Amino acid sequence: MTTTGAARPRSLSNSFSTFLYQRPRLVLALLLVPPLLWLGIIYLGSLFTLLAQSFFSIDDFTAQTIYEPTLATYARLFTATNLSIIFRTLAMASVVTVISGIIAFPLAYYIARFASGRMKALFYVAVMLPLWSNYLVRVYAWKLILAKEGAIHWSINSLGLGPVLDWILTLPVVEGSSLSTSYIGTTLTFVYIWLPFMVLPIQAALERVPRSLLEASSDLGARPNETFRKVIFPLAIPGIAAGSIFTFSLTLGDYIIPQLIGSSRPFIGQAVYQFQGTAGDIPMAAAFAMVPIVIMAIYLAIAKRLGAFDAL
Amino acid sequence: MTSSSGATAVSFQNVSRHYGAVKAVDDVNFDIRDGEFFAMLGPSGSGKTTCLRLIAGFEQPTAGHVVVHGVNMNGVPPYDRDVNTVFQDYALFPHMTVLDNVAYGLMIRKVPVAQRRQQAEEMLEMVALGGFGGRKPSQLSGGQRQRVALARALVNHPKVLLLDEPLGALDLKLREQMQVELKAIQRRVGITFVYVTHDQGEALSMSDRVAVFNQGKIEQLASPIELYEKPATTFVAGFVGISNLLEGAAARAATGAEQACSIRPEKIHLERSDAAIPADAMTARGRVSSILYLGANTRYEVALEGGGELTVTLQNREAHAEPAEGETVQLWWEARHLMRFAQ
Repeated sequence: MTTTGAARPRSLSNSFSTFLYQRPRLVLALLLVPPLLWLGIIYLGSLFTLLAQSFFSIDDFTAQTIYEPTLATYARLFTATNLSIIFRTLAMASVVTVISGIIAFPLAYYIARFASGRMKALFYVAVMLPLWSNYLVRVYAWKLILAKEGAIHWSINSLGLGPVLDWILTLPVVEGSSLSTSYIGTTLTFVYIWLPFMVLPIQAALERVPRSLLEASSDLGARPNETFRKVIFPLAIPGIAAGSIFTFSLTLGDYIIPQLIGSSRPFIGQAVYQFQGTAGDIPMAAAFAMVPIVIMAIYLAIAKRLGAFDAL
Repeated sequence: MTSSSGATAVSFQNVSRHYGAVKAVDDVNFDIRDGEFFAMLGPSGSGKTTCLRLIAGFEQPTAGHVVVHGVNMNGVPPYDRDVNTVFQDYALFPHMTVLDNVAYGLMIRKVPVAQRRQQAEEMLEMVALGGFGGRKPSQLSGGQRQRVALARALVNHPKVLLLDEPLGALDLKLREQMQVELKAIQRRVGITFVYVTHDQGEALSMSDRVAVFNQGKIEQLASPIELYEKPATTFVAGFVGISNLLEGAAARAATGAEQACSIRPEKIHLERSDAAIPADAMTARGRVSSILYLGANTRYEVALEGGGELTVTLQNREAHAEPAEGETVQLWWEARHLMRFAQ
């Protein structure tokens, strides 16, 4: 008797497995089609619609969208008011990214290099914990903390440093009656909310640096500070770049924090919200929405040019 | 300390390194001579790598002193030691070119750019990687990375070069080739090489002297020939080469004494059961339990009638009528080849 293969009994699931095993391309298709549909139609599709909308304009008189391609809407982006909105958002995103990086690096370095076992788990939880509670709740909490009657003002006044804080709050750009109505408050809240997105990529990058590289550097005569500058930091740059992409783009797009905390001057997110809502000017909202996308594209191009991803 | 070939490069003086209750290195004393190729051989966890790391400065001794060229190294950090290491995983900096990797130590010592480039390039030439300076380590093969790691260490002209299983990740052919090259490079530069390996073949073929480690202590420190021909302990006999250890009743049946002993497989003659045997030879009878044909030679496992088992290797100098599996054979060897061990 000659039997081929099939040592096991041919159950239905067994023969289905064999069917798939013999058709690797089918398996690939089954795996890829759902995410590609999602990405292609729902995500790219809506992005394209957005792009298309931005090339239409609105009739000032009837407030109806005129479906004819025009650059007029984009031209309106370059009015002084709109440019200041873009510049304000860009500056805030940059400041938030830099501060997040400065705070996140030592923390990520400690978690990656020194903490182990329970301590590491504890740090992970500490970094992630804020993400487990509602975003709005946390922002409102900061509004209270930063308010004139809040914890920070109270602490600083108790230390007798109230005049210093008041003086800082009268500085140009900062200007606000309290922390919760100044850019300082906005920045603090942004940094707090986005910090985990900076810590985790840096920590992951540092985690991937093998101990032997640090030993090799030390072995070749480098003191700890030189090893840090020549080996550890360069190898952490892809992590810093990844983290900064998160903090930068999340700040560019956010409209709730600047709405609740800080001066009432609008950011890009608020502008989009107002144009598509109250004003009903969908083309203008779309044009504004394109701004963070373009800025991010430029940001990534610069990061790549500077070699931020070379060590990947 | 009173070695004929000159100064002492590294001296271990009552050195211990304990991790809690684990004694990785346990009260070890030995000297490494200046300019020699010194191997530290042993199974994993025997303390050989810890000894290497003690010389490099990555570990500090729990007790005792590590002395390098007359200077006590206790408390001296790795970056202040005149020794360099070739790491097991090479530890090349992935974000730097091959040339920058090699020039790293020179850069740290603030050697001017032009000079350090030139020295690094010369060193790359020496390890047969001239023209590879512009590549990244990820673009090199395992063997090439290994050479870069060697060049990166040697360019600093260390007093002692430490090599931590440097050939472990290479395939057999490349490993044998690198053994020859390493030995040649060591002769050329004249630097003391301290070589950690678990491969006895590597240790025997390259080294001037070998220290065999077991459980944090040195079992024997001797030349490769002495180590193979006159192993001091049963452990050394077993770890270096095939041991053929006979103990207790089996030893008495083969040699007349119950003392543990061993005979190297190539020292044993294997004859048909009816063949004539020299009168002064030591003999044993047994049954061939397995035959392993290895090309250049054939390895026989013979179960002795008096108990125990001996491995015999025969050169396949010409096709001869071999005993078959299960056949009864006579073994004989000269008494001077028998190695006896204190219990």
